Amino acid sequence: MIKLTVNGKPRSADVEPEMPLLWVLRDVLDVKGPKFGCGIAQCGACTVHVNGEPVRSCSFPVSAAAGKRITTIEGLSQNGKPHPVQAAWIEHQVPQCGYCQGGQMMAAAALLKKNPNPSDKDIDDAMTNICRCGTYARMREAIHTAAKAGRGAKKPAKA
Amino acid sequence: MTTKFAIKFASSRRTFLKRSAAVGGGLAVGFNVPAVLAQGKGTEGAEINGWVVVRPDETVIIRYARAEMGQGSKTSAPMLVAEELECDWKKVRIEQVLASDNLRHKRAWGDMASVGSRTIRNSQEYLRKAGATAREMLIAAAAQKWDVPASECKASDGVVTHSSGRRLSYGKLANDAAKIEPPKDVKLKDPKDWKIAGKPMQRVDIPETAMGKQRYGIDVQMKGMLYAAVAQSPVFGGKVRSMDASKAEGRRGVKKVANLDTFVAVIADNWWRAKEALKLVQVDWDTGANGNVSSASLMDFYRAGLDAKEDIAVARKVGDVDQALASGGKVLEAEYFTPYLAHSTLEPQNCTVLIKDGKVDVWVPTQNAEASLATAAATAGVPLDAVMVHPMQLGGGFGRRGGGQDFVRIGVAVAKTMEGTPVKTLWSREEDTQHDLYRPASLVRMKGALDASGNPVAWYSRVSSTSIIATLARLPLKPPLAPAEGVDPQAVASIFDIPHAIPNIRVEYAQRNAHVPVGFWRTVGHSQNPFVRESFMDELALAAGKDPLEFRRALLQNAPKDLGILEATAKAANWGSPLPSGVFRGIAETEAYGSYTSAVAELSVSDKGVVKIHRLVLGIDPGYAVNPDNIVAQMQGSAVFMLTAMFWGEITIKDGRVEQSNFHDYRMMRLREMPKVEVVLAPSGGFWGGVGEPGQASIAPAVCNAIYAATGKRIRTLPLKDQGISMA
Repeated sequence: MIKLTVNGKPRSADVEPEMPLLWVLRDVLDVKGPKFGCGIAQCGACTVHVNGEPVRSCSFPVSAAAGKRITTIEGLSQNGKPHPVQAAWIEHQVPQCGYCQGGQMMAAAALLKKNPNPSDKDIDDAMTNICRCGTYARMREAIHTAAKAGRGAKKPAKA
Repeated sequence: MTTKFAIKFASSRRTFLKRSAAVGGGLAVGFNVPAVLAQGKGTEGAEINGWVVVRPDETVIIRYARAEMGQGSKTSAPMLVAEELECDWKKVRIEQVLASDNLRHKRAWGDMASVGSRTIRNSQEYLRKAGATAREMLIAAAAQKWDVPASECKASDGVVTHSSGRRLSYGKLANDAAKIEPPKDVKLKDPKDWKIAGKPMQRVDIPETAMGKQRYGIDVQMKGMLYAAVAQSPVFGGKVRSMDASKAEGRRGVKKVANLDTFVAVIADNWWRAKEALKLVQVDWDTGANGNVSSASLMDFYRAGLDAKEDIAVARKVGDVDQALASGGKVLEAEYFTPYLAHSTLEPQNCTVLIKDGKVDVWVPTQNAEASLATAAATAGVPLDAVMVHPMQLGGGFGRRGGGQDFVRIGVAVAKTMEGTPVKTLWSREEDTQHDLYRPASLVRMKGALDASGNPVAWYSRVSSTSIIATLARLPLKPPLAPAEGVDPQAVASIFDIPHAIPNIRVEYAQRNAHVPVGFWRTVGHSQNPFVRESFMDELALAAGKDPLEFRRALLQNAPKDLGILEATAKAANWGSPLPSGVFRGIAETEAYGSYTSAVAELSVSDKGVVKIHRLVLGIDPGYAVNPDNIVAQMQGSAVFMLTAMFWGEITIKDGRVEQSNFHDYRMMRLREMPKVEVVLAPSGGFWGGVGEPGQASIAPAVCNAIYAATGKRIRTLPLKDQGISMA
């Protein structure tokens, strides 16, 4: 039995240790936000955070996630309030089919956590997930907007 | 059966069906007045007609009959209803029409397919009439109540107001309005007066997507559901000769290994276990003669079509091309090739099916729910009315989920082996890449002649390719479906119908059907032929010593819409203005799916063939722009889709099978590679064009013409990676 914390809740799964985290989340724990796109860590539709770090869960054995905090797109918002990335995604009307967007937003949120004011080059380097619909231009704008919102939100808190 | 799955508006659907009595009108003969399906009332609201339901709390339900795959029609189609209805857009909820309901009501909601960029252009009239009819009924109900002439009443923002100042909201009028005889003829608004349509509206499905709550076909979950992984014959058309499942059977979670003739399936208690066990199933495939086919042999096959004297159809003939080519002017000849392409929807093909007590429930991301229903019925061997198709959001469509329906056939065939148990069949990325219905490869021979003044006097094209219509749709190539007997309309799209003033034109089609299955790929023929047409147009312009814009302008004097978008795009791109050293431009223009598009690329090319696109200006005239921001999004997406295809896209064949398998060898563009795209949205009115596909049409030739300007290298074969050209 492998124990994990998924979006703040303790969960367990009786599965093979080599089973990818993606399939444990999707098929065993019914957490459907992380998507299957390629199975070889190319597209990033399966991106989740493990202890705050973005990982491509299709190629990440569940045993490596044991005892760790897993956050999926379902857990990105706090108290039902959209994360700044989610709010910016809506404001810029980023998604088209939307299938990759959970993974994209998880990648963007991880970037902003490390780098609250990313340059275009930083965004280029961090955002390597595939969007087949081609929403990249709006993603870039939305990340800048989310960065601004994140900085704005933090200022009063610090003051 | 219990399902955790939330189907929107499921409860209202049930009551709606109970209330539904008669269907007015029919799709086949003039779908003018939308169906009035019931004279209902109660807590669910009053159904004014098949498209509009008004609830007492002022919520307006607008029904949507097509698919949503990111093209945005689930928002823009209801916007047209709301516009005429004069309701408050903020109070609108969208309800998905089900294929089984449409079948039961003699297709009262019309065509349900989202293909060919036609959701808006083919349904706009009946949707607007539905809204206008409902509005007139609501006004009539208020007029009756007040005992005043309807002409003294006006509707706006969900309220009917009398000239005396009396007001009644739609929610209070709906029950009475539903009982009023629908007007036979309604006047539609002049688009100049639009208040909802024509304005940039947020898409209705985006909030759920952003919050991770959107549910796709792959996300279906049911109690007791099993999961299937499948392997089809690696060589198209092959069959299972024998199968040894001993290593897979008995593995943890594996419930069954099934030999289904053209494919094998492993069914397990989760998909990963099924997929892992599938690797251990030994299959001896009977591949037949196709096992020897290669990309080289296919090229020979298509080239033979270019040289053939027989089995050639003429798509268009104007004047005498042979005589004009022999008339002594400058003659140009060139061959162009575009490869097979996979769709690569990011959500791989999948279909969940429960067969129980003679009923078939299908959960599938589909561009054509009616075709899914028919395929499921035929595969399961049940009548059409025993099938329920639950439409899901699509993780990409691009034509893959329209005509073929192979994913439904396979999903139902798997579930047939497990009656009473829901089974989700999911294709791996490798299976999805190697068993697609590919954009056809196409080889085209071009000939053109210029007179002494540099005016083109002859245009000859012969296209050699597999016909989608003949092999996938299996329809005879005859007018009006085909431009001429034996001509696939997609194979010659944008070549046979060139609007340019050239006195002698002949366009021929060599239908050469290979074993590689083909299908509709976003923009279909217009994804490849504009590359041929507009590149060759540049060859002619430069041979004539003329500016590419001026050359086209002169030839488009009798094609005002083509000329209009060409000029608008050239102007936005400052065509002709000086460029920084090392930066070059290319231009192209094409009509596609009823819209007019143009592109100007500004780029530089390094000594090593690395292309940096500094700016891509994309123009589109769709006639009317229903949701302008969505059109901009579609154009931006089209740029990525086409640049991906033209730089890297190529499905090759070896030993009868596809060589590419996943994104490491079938490359997708990424964020860092996205160039600056500027969209020129120039709706000129008077016609309705599509927006999902046209944006791609002019991009490849504009980029290749700019590459020629930069390097002197004429690109006649795609993708660019095979021509020593890469993307910065």
